[in-house]
Amino acid sequence: MTGELPPELSPDLIRGLTQPRVSRRSALKFGGLSALGLALSACSIAGTKGKGGNLGGRAWRDEIDKFWSEQKKKGHFDFENWPLYMDQGAKASDHPSLNLFTKQTGITVTYREDISDNSGYYGKIAPQLSAGQSIGADIIVITNGFELENLFERDWLIPLDQSRMTNFYKYSSELVRDPSYDRGNVYTMAWQSGITGIGYNPKLIGHEITGWKDLLDPKLSGKIGMFNNSEDLAAAAMCALGIDPERSTPSDWTKAADWLKKQRPLVRKYYDQSYADALAKGDLWATMAWSGDIFLKQADNPDLKFVIPEEGGVIWTDNMCIPVHAQHPLDAMIYMDYVYQPKIAEMLAAYINYITPVPAVQPLFAKEAKDATSKADKDTYATLASSPLIFPKPADFARLHRYRVLPSKERKAWNALFEPIYQS
Amino acid sequence: MSALRIRRRLAPYALVLPGWLWLVIFFVVPTVSMLSVSTMTGNDLDGFKQTFHFSTYSDAWTQYHVQILRSLRYGLAATVICLVIAYPVAYWIAFRGGRYKSSLLFLLLLPFFVSFVIRTQSWQFMLSDHGMVIGLLRDLHLAGDHTQILQTSTAVVGGLVYNFLPFTVLPIYVALERVDPALLEAGSDLYANKATAFRKVVLPLSLPGVFAAVLLTFVPVASDYVNAQILGGSQTTMIGTVIQTEYFTNLNYPLAASLSFILMGVLLIGIFLYARLLGTDDVLEMAAR
Repeated sequence: MTGELPPELSPDLIRGLTQPRVSRRSALKFGGLSALGLALSACSIAGTKGKGGNLGGRAWRDEIDKFWSEQKKKGHFDFENWPLYMDQGAKASDHPSLNLFTKQTGITVTYREDISDNSGYYGKIAPQLSAGQSIGADIIVITNGFELENLFERDWLIPLDQSRMTNFYKYSSELVRDPSYDRGNVYTMAWQSGITGIGYNPKLIGHEITGWKDLLDPKLSGKIGMFNNSEDLAAAAMCALGIDPERSTPSDWTKAADWLKKQRPLVRKYYDQSYADALAKGDLWATMAWSGDIFLKQADNPDLKFVIPEEGGVIWTDNMCIPVHAQHPLDAMIYMDYVYQPKIAEMLAAYINYITPVPAVQPLFAKEAKDATSKADKDTYATLASSPLIFPKPADFARLHRYRVLPSKERKAWNALFEPIYQS
Repeated sequence: MSALRIRRRLAPYALVLPGWLWLVIFFVVPTVSMLSVSTMTGNDLDGFKQTFHFSTYSDAWTQYHVQILRSLRYGLAATVICLVIAYPVAYWIAFRGGRYKSSLLFLLLLPFFVSFVIRTQSWQFMLSDHGMVIGLLRDLHLAGDHTQILQTSTAVVGGLVYNFLPFTVLPIYVALERVDPALLEAGSDLYANKATAFRKVVLPLSLPGVFAAVLLTFVPVASDYVNAQILGGSQTTMIGTVIQTEYFTNLNYPLAASLSFILMGVLLIGIFLYARLLGTDDVLEMAAR
């Protein structure tokens, strides 16, 4: 691990990591909306910024160590994740890898698929966190982007216990270790990574799709889907224009917005996660898509395909993190490292089909293919082992960009440009 | 003055007190505080401060006037369609329902036993490009590959009509129910044919019901945010959805508050004009019931 730790972490925070505290200040902020009620007397709404402290890096690392040394295993934790992001058994509510975890560690898991978009989920938890309340989850999964940045800025995540990340440091891929958005993995460990590209149905369109420019084809009018979050939407338009989103300037944003406005009359709808069903049903012929979803939906509709657009696509990482006031942080920590064992990562990757953070899964898939007794199993594992969507090749990485990271204060211009496009 | 007399004099005020408290706590306080929020500036990290920044209103209007006007258009369309459907239904139940009246009303309310979102979702299922409606039209060669109902304004207005129809039927039914059949007999005794009797007797007597029905339908329909989200497409967003997103997703309270006030203002102006047109006596009469 690196010694680079954010300098501002107050003792109040450390104290408050598990103990909900209600100060006048947090009472003012309670629930966001009731804050509006109190605004009458206060004539302002308090911000959600952490108080910050004057502690040096060394001192607060001691605080973190102290915090973790005081934690006890409670035998349970709550996990909030996105839909279709966990292996499934015979029943949809049955998750073999979680069952195995419970068997081996004695820790039970309540698993909820409560997150369907980052901003909506953030909007839901922010008022609770700013009021100093527990959100009832010990692990949440957030994409590297504006919302994760918000959680960092507000000190709403518990710094991880680096001494309990043995599997992570042994098996994690370069992509997710020490990532640019969380140097030193202070707050996050990757769940899976994925690619934003184009999902399409060549049978309905009559030809293949190769890039974003195909999503300007008037023949596809009413059959094109785009995303309703400004990060993915803007990044796609910038890729289409040959701009690297991560290094884009405000004038690039305007160009991207113009591209999107030009495209708007052809767009059926700006979708959340529901685009995948619409594509499988045939309401959409070509749509912005997340790589793993298309792989999964091929079970319903084998015609579907996914392409990394020739102009470039976006690579992102969904991250496990522990929100402040979590009730079972140690149990959560144990699980977060547990999933980095290649055997467990394999169980997950075989079902989820996104980019696994554990490259050692690839030889495991190859071995399964070799040892498989039935032809169906052999084919499945061979496909998995060679899938560029689970194990992207260096040439693919060359075409993939990262999101633009903007601190919350600098997002006004960005939001004013892109929000009216998907809310039109 | 004796204590008893003071108490007597205060009694009526004490009796209306709960009503006043209700209004103040749940209407006046939220409205005034929202008004105050709408002119604040800041962001959710540093907090919002009162700066009497009125240009949020003009910014809100420039950014989202399309959605506001669209909501009014959809609201108007849905209300008119609701009226056209609801009046005959209410008339039939009130005059022909006989002993089945209450069963018929129950049937009308039956869909409310299933969640509103689930009912709207099933419309999405039926209207999809390969769903039962377009599938049937395509089999009859009435629809091509690009025929689409879902994610159009037709689907949104349709969903609004479907979801709010009972709110239109009930007030009209109540008004028609009160019409004494003897009045109709009297009309025909005076040589009015059925159409004239309806026009001169039933229709005027039912107008207060129609007035209430229009209010009860138009206001929630114009500010609805569910139908447009589930059934709508890339260019059918209604202002309710925008306000919801600004409040709960973008945490931009001033913009959301000013949009709410613009919507409220526009609706109030509309209602005022409408009340002037139909006469305020009827409104008061309706309110008194």
